[in-house]
Amino acid sequence: MSTTPIPFDPRALRAPHPVPGAPDNWRRFFTFNTDAKVIGIQYIALALLFLLVGGLLAMIMRGELITPPADLVDPSVYNGLYTMHGTVMLFLFLFPILNGFNNLLIPPMIGAPDMAFPRLNALAFWMFPVFGVVLMASFLVPGGPASSGWWAYPPLSTQNPLGLLVNGQFLWILAVAISGVSSILGAVNFCTTIIRMRAPGMGWFRMPIFCWTALAAQTIQLAGLPVLTAGAVMLLFDLSFGTSFFQPEGGGDPMLYQHFFWFYSHPAVYVMVLPVFGFFSEIFPVYARKPLFGYHVVAIASFGIVFLSLIVWVHHMFTSGTPQWMRHVFMVTTMLIAVPTGIKVFAWLATLWRGKLWLTTAMLFAMGGVFNFIFAGITGIMLATVPVDVHVGNTYFVVGHFHTVIFSTITFGVYAAIYHWFAKFTGRMLYEGLGKVHFVLTFVGAQLNFLPMHWAGLMGMPRRVASYDPEFALANVLASLGAFLLGVAMIPFLLNLVSSWVRGARAPANPWQAIGLEWLLPSPPPAENFEHDVPTVISGPYGYGLGQPLVADQGRYEARLKEG
Amino acid sequence: MSASGSTASGSGPSPAPGSGSPGRGGPGIDRGAVLLVTLGVGLALLASRWLMAQVPRWLPPQASTAAPLVDDLFALEVGIGCFLLLGCTAVIAWTLLFDRADKYDRDDGEPIEGNLKLEITWTVIPLVVVLLIAAQAIRVNGQLASLGGKVRVAGAAEALRLVGVEGVAGVPGLLAGNNARAAGADAAKDPVAASAAELGPVVVIARQWSWEFVYPDGVRSAELHLPVNRPVRFRLVSLDVLHAMSIPAFRLRQDVVPGSVIDYRLTPSREGRYRLRDSLFSGAYFASNQTDVVVESAEAFERWLQAARRSPLAPSPNAATDLWRQRQERGNRGWATVPPAPPPLVNVPLDLSAAHVG
Repeated sequence: MSTTPIPFDPRALRAPHPVPGAPDNWRRFFTFNTDAKVIGIQYIALALLFLLVGGLLAMIMRGELITPPADLVDPSVYNGLYTMHGTVMLFLFLFPILNGFNNLLIPPMIGAPDMAFPRLNALAFWMFPVFGVVLMASFLVPGGPASSGWWAYPPLSTQNPLGLLVNGQFLWILAVAISGVSSILGAVNFCTTIIRMRAPGMGWFRMPIFCWTALAAQTIQLAGLPVLTAGAVMLLFDLSFGTSFFQPEGGGDPMLYQHFFWFYSHPAVYVMVLPVFGFFSEIFPVYARKPLFGYHVVAIASFGIVFLSLIVWVHHMFTSGTPQWMRHVFMVTTMLIAVPTGIKVFAWLATLWRGKLWLTTAMLFAMGGVFNFIFAGITGIMLATVPVDVHVGNTYFVVGHFHTVIFSTITFGVYAAIYHWFAKFTGRMLYEGLGKVHFVLTFVGAQLNFLPMHWAGLMGMPRRVASYDPEFALANVLASLGAFLLGVAMIPFLLNLVSSWVRGARAPANPWQAIGLEWLLPSPPPAENFEHDVPTVISGPYGYGLGQPLVADQGRYEARLKEG
Repeated sequence: MSASGSTASGSGPSPAPGSGSPGRGGPGIDRGAVLLVTLGVGLALLASRWLMAQVPRWLPPQASTAAPLVDDLFALEVGIGCFLLLGCTAVIAWTLLFDRADKYDRDDGEPIEGNLKLEITWTVIPLVVVLLIAAQAIRVNGQLASLGGKVRVAGAAEALRLVGVEGVAGVPGLLAGNNARAAGADAAKDPVAASAAELGPVVVIARQWSWEFVYPDGVRSAELHLPVNRPVRFRLVSLDVLHAMSIPAFRLRQDVVPGSVIDYRLTPSREGRYRLRDSLFSGAYFASNQTDVVVESAEAFERWLQAARRSPLAPSPNAATDLWRQRQERGNRGWATVPPAPPPLVNVPLDLSAAHVG
């Protein structure tokens, strides 16, 4: 790039992790590095790359759906595209990017030097490019990638039209299985770190909410993923080796797969949304300058969500021939989730109330995300209601609801987290102006994309169609325009990330005057965070306006930051 | 303290608790604030009422006895949801308007850490609301009673034997051609035999990618014709993968599961031609796997049935078959798929050009 040396922090030479401006530091990102902060950035960067891949697939799909007939791509190609869009976005974008934040945030927030098992951590990360490549390679095999949807329901997913051993569906199952193993390794690590490595004085109820939600989410991974992995292995055997776990001709039952699949894959949404609830709970106090309202209840509600999430899966199977009593049980458990999530939403609103709001980009994304989540929660209750689900289930109403959760809540939360913590972990400030352009385009694009889908679904448009009846045309034109706007919104975002990291303003240790252990570290933090000088926590998090120090001897830590 | 204007009471230092205000209650409750909240709640209620009235405009016509029940339940949820969304949006909008820090104001807000009464309130109210919705939904479910029993079978051939249909195109091991045995012959042995008032059982056969309906007297059709206001019983059979029979104008949907024969009931209530779609993804030409339900008067239905009995069996025109042929003409480009099953041999073919109303 440039030949003139850029001044850099001398600590960068000692640090095994990259620091902007230091010579050759970027090479560390391509090695088997055991530093959680390197791994965090590795996860986030690669996940953002796959966000572009998944987004490109989505825009081809929306191009196909802008007119009623299947005229842009063949229907078989459309089916492959939508299958891969869903798979890429879940397994190659959201799960990895949230694991990236777990890596970046958990150790500094609890005052730990690193993860409990650094090598396991690096191993879990390096499985990500492996299953990413496996999944991308499925575009190149004869017959194309998996095209039975991200649910991969048999017997459709085991039809194997070309009869080859290595086919798109085979690679898909392989990738999902490797991803599952990687996530289990990650979950063991995150749980151990949070349980065993907190700073002195940091009892459970002095722990930041993000760590609570990360622990809750990773508990779901440990409970649910083995079930999905078992289902995936049986599916692989049905597909490739002639077993009949799910084939009625051999005495199997396709319903069994649906139970295996949803037992994990419904809670999986909570694995993604819980850390985002953590982001919201961290971000609102900072930019509202107030303590988090009802901290204890918000913390405990995370585990209420974990418990309920494990007993709701049959709501995806209301019309699968599920008996009436079972529909009723799972309708009630599903609706009960409104209680702990409602507690969180109301607590955030109460945190904003009579605060002193700083409308930074992070705050805008967090407020936008909560607003969207309230809407998604309402449509979620509608979908939990059996008679309503019988009408709108498997229609675009579900697609609209699901994307309002996955994109307009979870991805909004991820963006908020990027704008909030970018400065801490790169040492550079993002441009607020570009950030606000990104927010406005994303917010408008998301509403335009996902709101009309609810209407199309109410009118009866099934999800996953490559072509549709003309009465759905208007809703689909609007949705497609929204999708293209979301594509445009990526331009200021990427521009911001790249240019800020290369030549953004240097970030101070605590640009947002935030309270938390990570803000008592330099930006970026040194390799082992506090090293041997771990502070003793003497009060709860979010003490805005309370005038009490967070750690013993806080003045010393702050003075050290000023020295540089 | 200003009690006159809404803006004044909010921007000033006086407490202005809105709906869901975390402010400490007790002494000094602002009269202006109470007025404002009452006004806001009233407006939100009016808006919710109005939105509930809009619900029919978002939905297809109500063509079965299930539809009004489902729509009323949905409208109830729209009303509650609208009220809740407006309440939360009002709080967000209020903080955006009146709680923003000035440009150089780096002070902290009021350090409110919680309020037990408020937290109990917003735990109990949603709990009660969702339980009431669930109770209502359970009642509606009982009234619909559309889902019947389910019999497990080992594959398509056994399923067809169970429902008493022979000679189905594309099913090996069975005679193909015009020798369909009347399914009604089996009805006598059937534990849930059709009553006089009830039509059926109509056997619904789903396959990749076409629909076939077999009437009790053996008539086969690629369109579903039903008499208005008469209950009908279906037995759902899939010849290959999962499908779902979804009729938006009826507000009803039921998966068709290979390895199971599922009983299903409904009562059409409005004449017209409606769409019946496959709504559970079933492979390459899933989107084209749709046909029509024709609801007609009892006399018209009888006439149709008579005419159908006299028509010879012939392969029905089928969208997926046409698309597959076009694909072969273009050199079979595209990603791998199984070919479509042969179109059903029926007395009444599908009219691909007929216009539907919902």
